[in-house]
Amino acid sequence: MPRFAIVVFPGSNCEHDVQYALRDILGQEAELVWHKETSLTGYDVVVLPGGFAHGDYLRAGALARFSPVMKPVAELAEAGTPVIGICNGFQILQETGLLPGAMLRNRSLHYVCRYVYLRVETTDSPLTATCRKGEVVRIPVGHADGNYYADSKTLDELECTGRVLLRYSDPEGNLTDEANPNGACRNIAGIRNVRGNVVGLMPHPDRCYQPELGTDHGGRLFESLIRWVSQVS
Amino acid sequence: MKARVVVRLKPEVHDPQGETIRGTLETLGYGKVQEVRQGKTFELSLQASSREEAEAMARDIAERVLANPVLETFEVELHD
Repeated sequence: MPRFAIVVFPGSNCEHDVQYALRDILGQEAELVWHKETSLTGYDVVVLPGGFAHGDYLRAGALARFSPVMKPVAELAEAGTPVIGICNGFQILQETGLLPGAMLRNRSLHYVCRYVYLRVETTDSPLTATCRKGEVVRIPVGHADGNYYADSKTLDELECTGRVLLRYSDPEGNLTDEANPNGACRNIAGIRNVRGNVVGLMPHPDRCYQPELGTDHGGRLFESLIRWVSQVS
Repeated sequence: MKARVVVRLKPEVHDPQGETIRGTLETLGYGKVQEVRQGKTFELSLQASSREEAEAMARDIAERVLANPVLETFEVELHD
């Protein structure tokens, strides 16, 4: 059975939600790993959860990237292990350079905390492998700095190589400005790296893994991840 | 020795915070302010045996930590 490492930084606050979803609901081996650990031997998946690692001081994720644990995280990413960054985790992966682009303050300057609709752009990723291209899922976001930015060259490259995972859309899958909660370039909500094992997304699948939570689409993304990892290992 | 690092957003990056400040300035009667861009200043007090060493250290720190190269540029000034 694959082992999930959920990294905890000082200021992370979503690690328990991620662990509860993976371990208690989906029956996986999922452990919390403190940011000072220098080894991730034996883990098959790494999840960087949401929150405010190091208080978001300097910039969101800017200091977390220097935590000792990020060295083995980068090594595992290099080796092809799935590394999933959720919200603050996505920001950390960007600051580390494992994913391109950076996050700006939300266009509205408000902390946005609501359900959004997301169009699945590619199923070639651990999180969306069991989805259908073009389908629309509903997952909540909660962030102040989710305004994805990259220069045009990077954005074009992401699109040409099919590395945009999820985009903010309306319920019918149209990429409207109204559907964009934070001003992210090209409504980008989630991306993957070239190899396809490192994924970052701003929405929180760890907040919607059961229908009682309003939507279980987050659970579907986790199930896709579990299936992906189980097939690889 | 003191090194001051000024970090600015690249000109092509949208600055909603700067725009909000500009909007407030306008309501205060400063309609002639056309644009505001918000940056950051860091003061580093450091030990170095020469200005060159201090500047090199500050540049290194600015590049690695203080500025995000995707969004920002930086300048280093030395002070005694």
